[in-house]
Amino acid sequence: MARSTERQQAKPHLVEEWVGRIYTFLCILLLIVTIFSMVYFVASKGLSTFFVNKVNIADFFTGVKWSPDGVPPLFGALPFIFGSFSTSILAALIAAPMGICASLFMVEIAPKFGRKYLQPVIELLAGIPSVVYGFVGLSVIVPFFRNVFPGQGLGIAAGSVVLAVMILPTITTITTDALAALPSGLKEGSYALGSTRWQTIYRIVLPTTLPALLTGVVLGIARAFGEALAVQMVIGNAPHIPHSLFESTSTLTSAITLSMGNTAMGSAQNNALWTLALILLLMTFVFVFIVRWLERRSKI
Amino acid sequence: MKAKTADKIATAAIVVVAGLIIAILVGMLGFILVRGLGHISFHFLTSAPETIRKGGGIGPQLFNSLFLLVLTMVITIPLGLGAGIYMSEYAKPNKLTDFIRLVVEVLSSFPSIVVGLFGLLVIVNLFGFGFSLFSGALALTVFNLPLMVRITEQGLKSVPREQKEASLALGISKWKTITSVMLPYALPVILTGTILAAGRVFGEAAALLFTAGMSSPRLDFTDWNPLSPVSPLNPFRPAETLAVHIWKVNSEGLAPDASEIAAGASAVLIITVLLFNLAARWLGRLVYRKFTATK
Amino acid sequence: MQEIALSARNLSVHYGDKPAVKNISLDFASKEVTALIGPSGCGKSTFLRSLNRMNDLIPGAKITGQILIGDEDINNPATDVVSLRQRIGMVWQRPNPFHKSIYENIAFGPRYHGIKSKKKLDEIVEESLRKAALWDETKDRLHKSALALSGGQQQRLCIARSIAVKPDIILMDEPASALDPVSTAKIEELIAELKKDYSIIIVTHNMHQAARVSQKTAFFLNGEVVEYDQTVNMFSNPQKQETNDYISGRFG
Repeated sequence: MARSTERQQAKPHLVEEWVGRIYTFLCILLLIVTIFSMVYFVASKGLSTFFVNKVNIADFFTGVKWSPDGVPPLFGALPFIFGSFSTSILAALIAAPMGICASLFMVEIAPKFGRKYLQPVIELLAGIPSVVYGFVGLSVIVPFFRNVFPGQGLGIAAGSVVLAVMILPTITTITTDALAALPSGLKEGSYALGSTRWQTIYRIVLPTTLPALLTGVVLGIARAFGEALAVQMVIGNAPHIPHSLFESTSTLTSAITLSMGNTAMGSAQNNALWTLALILLLMTFVFVFIVRWLERRSKI
Repeated sequence: MKAKTADKIATAAIVVVAGLIIAILVGMLGFILVRGLGHISFHFLTSAPETIRKGGGIGPQLFNSLFLLVLTMVITIPLGLGAGIYMSEYAKPNKLTDFIRLVVEVLSSFPSIVVGLFGLLVIVNLFGFGFSLFSGALALTVFNLPLMVRITEQGLKSVPREQKEASLALGISKWKTITSVMLPYALPVILTGTILAAGRVFGEAAALLFTAGMSSPRLDFTDWNPLSPVSPLNPFRPAETLAVHIWKVNSEGLAPDASEIAAGASAVLIITVLLFNLAARWLGRLVYRKFTATK
Repeated sequence: MQEIALSARNLSVHYGDKPAVKNISLDFASKEVTALIGPSGCGKSTFLRSLNRMNDLIPGAKITGQILIGDEDINNPATDVVSLRQRIGMVWQRPNPFHKSIYENIAFGPRYHGIKSKKKLDEIVEESLRKAALWDETKDRLHKSALALSGGQQQRLCIARSIAVKPDIILMDEPASALDPVSTAKIEELIAELKKDYSIIIVTHNMHQAARVSQKTAFFLNGEVVEYDQTVNMFSNPQKQETNDYISGRFG
C-alpha cells in the first residue's frame, strides 16, 4: 500500500512528457515558419519588380538586355536564365555518364576496390567547399581554355566543368544506392542466359534503375543551378547571351552575388535581383517535384 | 564474339572513368596543397590581411570561421535534434507529416545564396542584427537545419525497437526514453553526421556574403570583452570568414600576392575539411566501440 | 480462492482489419507462473504485449476489452501507462540490455522513479542482481559495459533490470528461446525462484519448458484460448482434441 501512494505522488513524468512534446513540436514549427516566410519574403520582393516598378513580365523573361542604369533602365533577364540552364544542364551531361560509370565500377565491376578507394574519393569531393572549386577552376581550367580555345577562357564551358566535378558526388551516391538495391536475381537470370556483363548492364541494370538514375541527375542539376560562388568566379559575368561556350556570360546566381551588395534596398534594380532569386526559388520547387515524381516511378 | 568485345570495351571505359575521377581528386588536392602549403606559415595563419601590400595573413578570417562554426552548431544542434526527434518519434503517419517532410526536403534543396538573401532581408534588416556573426550563424542554421533533422531521424531509426520497449516497459516516460536510451544509442550516427555537417558550415560562403558580411573590423585580440566592438568574441560584429575571404581575394583582390593568399587559404580550408572528415569517422567508430564494448 | 493478479476480459487485438487476438478472458493468479503456449502466430505474444500496453507502439493496432488489476481497467485510454508499466515488468525473446554499464542498466529505472541516494541505488543493484542470480558473476565489473556479458548473462541482467523497479507482475516473451541449454536451465531455475515474489506470465513454444516452470497453462490457437487449466492437468489429461494434438507434437 505504501508503494502505491508513493506512485500516486510521483507524476513529474507527465510534465516531462509534455515539455518534450512541446519542445520538439516548436522546433519543427520553427522550420516550417522559416520556409514559409522565406517564400513569402522572396516572393513579395521579387514580385514588386512587376507590381511596383511596373516592369513588363514578358519583357523581363524574354528581354536580352540588362542595363539597370540605362535610360530607360532595361531588365531583360533572359541572359541569366539562359546562363543558369545551359551551365547546369551541360554540367549534368558531363557528370551523369561519369557518375554512372563510377557507380557501375563500385557495384558491378570491382566492389572491393571501389568501396575502399573510390567511395572515400567521392565523399571527399562532396566535402570540398565550393569556393575551393571556384579557385581551382579559375587557376587551372580557365587558363587552360584560354590557351586552347579562342576567348578569355571564362564562360559556360569553364562553369560547366567546375559544376560537373561539384555535382559528381551527388549523382554517384544516388546511382550507387540504386544499383546496389537491385535484386541480384534479376542479374543472375541474365547471366544464366549467357549474357556478358555489359549486356546485363545495358539490358537489365540500367533500364530497371532508370528512374533512380534520373533522380540523381535531377538532384545534380538542382545543385548546379543553385550554386553561386564557384560559378561566379569562372563565368565572366558579362550580362549577355554568349556566342560561344568560351565567351563571358552570367547566371542567375552570379548576377545576384555580384550586384546585390551594390544596390540600394527597394530600388528597381534591387527588386529585379530579388526576382532572379524568386526564379531560383521556384526552380527549386520544380526540381523537388520532378524528384518526387521520379521516386514514385522507381517504387513501382 | 562481338558481345564479348563490347563487354571488354565497356569494362575498360568504366575503369578508365573511375580512374579519371580518382585522378581529378588527387590532382585537385595536389594542386591546392602544392600551391598552398608553401605559403602557410605561423605569420600567415595569425596576422591580419593586407589590402594592397604583400604579406597579408588570414588570422581574423580563420578565427571568424571557427567562431561562426561554434555559434552555428550551438544553435543548430538543439533545434535539429528537437525537430528530428519530432519527425521520428512524435509525428503520426498522416498527411500533415507527409507535408512536413516535403517542406524539409524543399528547405534542404534551397540554394544557399537564396538562404543568404533571406537572411539579409529578415535577420539583418528586419530583426536589425546587421551584418554580424550572429546573423551569419542564423542563416547557416537555416541552411543546415534540414540536414541535422535528417541525421537525427536516421540515427533514431537505427535504434532497435527492443531498446525503446525495454525502457518504456520499466515505466520510463517516452521523453526520458528518447533522451537517455535512444539518443545515446544513436550517438555514433548522429555524431558522424553532425561533424560532416560542420565541415559543410566551415566551407560555406554564399549564405554568408550578405549576412556575416564581407569585411572584418580591426580586431584587438587582447580584448576579450564580448560586448566591445573590437573584441573577437563579440558576436554582433561583421565577420569575413575564410571561405568568403578566398572568394573575395579571387574576385577583387588587389594585393600583389592575391593568388598565393587564395592558394594558402584554400589549403587551410581543405585541410580543415579533411580533418573534419577523419574526425567524423574516427569519433563515430570510437563512440560505437565504447558503447558496445567490442574491442 | 486464489488471489488474482491480473485479468483480461473480452480482450481483442486487431492489426488493421486482421484480428490477432479474439475475445480472450483469462485470470492470472498472484505469485504463480502462467504459461501461454501454442503454435507460432497464434496470438500469444500479441496478447502478452497488450497486458502492459506495449502494443500501443504498433501503428494500426487496436485493442478492445478490459485488462483489470483489482478494479482498475488499465486498457482505459486515460490510464497513465508510464506508472502502469512500472507495475508490470517485461523480458524479451532476445536479451536487450541498454548500451550502458551493468550498474546503469539496473539503476536506470529506480533512479528515474525517484531514488537518488547512491547508497540506496547500490543496494537495489545488488539486491536485483542477487535475485537474478547474477551478482557473483558481475560484482567485480559493475561499471563495465553490459554488452560484454554472454547471452545468458545478458538475459538475466534484463530480468534484474525489470525487478529493480519493483513490479508486481513480470511478462516474459520466450525468454530462453535465443539461449543455449545451460543458460536456459539457469533462466528456468530463476523463474521458479522469482515466483515467490512476483506473478509471472510466460510465453513459450517449448512445451517441456511450460511443463517445468508453470503452475497454469493456457493453450492458444488462432487467436483464441482453447484450454486453460492447471499445468499438471493440461499435460496429463487435456480436455480438447486440439490441445492433445498440439502437446503430443502432431502440429505446431
